[in-house]
This record gives sequence, structure tokens and C-alpha cells, in this order.
Amino acid sequence: MWSATKGRWTSPGLELRMNVKNYVRFEFCSLPENVSFARSCVGAFASQMDCTLEDIEEIKLVVSEAVSNSIIHGYANDPGQKIEVEVTIYDNGNLEIIVKDYGKGIEDIDQALQPTYSSDSTRMGLGFTFMRSFMDEMEVISEPGKGTSVRLLRHFPSQGNQAMA
Amino acid sequence: MNADFKQVGDTLVVRITGELDMLVTDQLRQAIDQRLDTAGIRTLVLNLEKVTFIDSSGLGVIIGRYKKVRAQQGRMYIVGASPSVEKILHFSGINKLVPLYRSEKDVVSN
Repeated sequence: MWSATKGRWTSPGLELRMNVKNYVRFEFCSLPENVSFARSCVGAFASQMDCTLEDIEEIKLVVSEAVSNSIIHGYANDPGQKIEVEVTIYDNGNLEIIVKDYGKGIEDIDQALQPTYSSDSTRMGLGFTFMRSFMDEMEVISEPGKGTSVRLLRHFPSQGNQAMA
Repeated sequence: MNADFKQVGDTLVVRITGELDMLVTDQLRQAIDQRLDTAGIRTLVLNLEKVTFIDSSGLGVIIGRYKKVRAQQGRMYIVGASPSVEKILHFSGINKLVPLYRSEKDVVSN
């Protein structure tokens, strides 16, 4: 449960997230129609931070790339699967985005992270390059047969140590 | 996404409106290729003036059309990209292969 007065989650299960200022989580079908839905939602949520329109454009781009990867690579375009997106704004000005699928996973993460590597010749293999370039941190956790989780972090310095209103 | 096609001689101008992501790439690819395959096109102009978003799926369509046009000994140009779209085009390096112009008029005059 979110406590506006305490400015943190009060549920015992979420005690570790005390430094969370705001949080949203949603899940959706692995349909191409939902790529724009996901990036618009995350862009709208992130816009409450003190950031520029250019920052929001970059955030929408990386979400688009991560969700497209899940649909195309994780689920081989099977539209009936589930993608989860979690976005957290921390007190220190960090924006964290996690995009998770339960698809086929990545056999060789190092190879997948190479610029212009693509297992699908109709795309440019730039997805991870965009994510790495436009975010401050990128972490890819994947297990073949179980799925992939991409964690992206961007720091907005001007947000640091602001108290919850 | 919407695409309007205009052919003048052996030049095909494609005016695209909306967001270029994986939802629309197959449709756009097929619509352009159909014309490239049948109409004896030598010059392809992609007008991105009204494109509000592009990601690597959209870039894939552009680079794929570039390869196809080059294979037919043709030329390709991109016009009217907004600053945010142009940033992505530069980032991908597409601008080194496909010249960017501000408007369709600029392509004609160059």
C-alpha cells in the first residue's frame, strides 16, 4: 500500500523499496499494437520528472526497442504471450524501467549486445545499442527457455534528494 | 501510420504520416516494394515530415528499401525529418548512405 504521508510503500513485502517516490507496473499481450501503448505510458509516467521533451523521446524509444525485442525475439511474434513493464522513480532522481518477457530467452547475451547484430535481417540490430546509448545503465538477464528481463536506468540529477510533497 | 504515394516519371515520392514502429513496418515495406517492383522507379524519396516517431524497426524498413533501390541502380533520399527523427537517423548512420534534405524541392534543385 502506498502511503502519501510517509512517501513510501507500507506493505511489508515492499519495505526494500523505501526510497521509491513513485511506481507503476503493467502487463499486456505481446501484440505489435501494444508497443506504442507501452512507450506512451512510460513516457507519460516519466514526464513527472524534471526532464526535457528530448529525454522523454529517448525514454519512449528505449521502451519501444525493449518491448519490440520481447515480441519479435522472445515470443517469435506469438501475440498471446505476456510482457510486463515496471517503472520506478527513486528519491535520488533515478528512473528505472524493467521490461520482462517469459519467452525463449537469449542463448548468447554478449553476441546479442553487439551493435548491428540481429537475428532478424529486417531490423537493424540497433535495439540494444539505443538502450545502452540513451540510458545510463542497462542490464540484461536472460535464461534460454525462461525469458528475458531488461533493466534500464537513467539518472536525472536535478531530481536528487527532493522530498515527497 | 499512413503513406501517400506520388510518382513523377521514374521518381517515387512516399509521404509517411505517424509513428514508424513494428506495428506498421510490414505494411509500409510491402506498399513501397510493390511500387518499386513494378513501376520502373529509379529514384525513391521518403518524405518523413509528418513522422512523429521512429525506432529500429522503422530504420530497418528504410535501410531495406535503400538496399533494394541500390540493387536496381537507383537513388534514394530522405526529406523533412524532424529533429527527433533526424537524431535517430544520424545515430544509426543511415544519413551516410541516404542523403537527408529539408524538403522535396531541395532534392529536385540538387
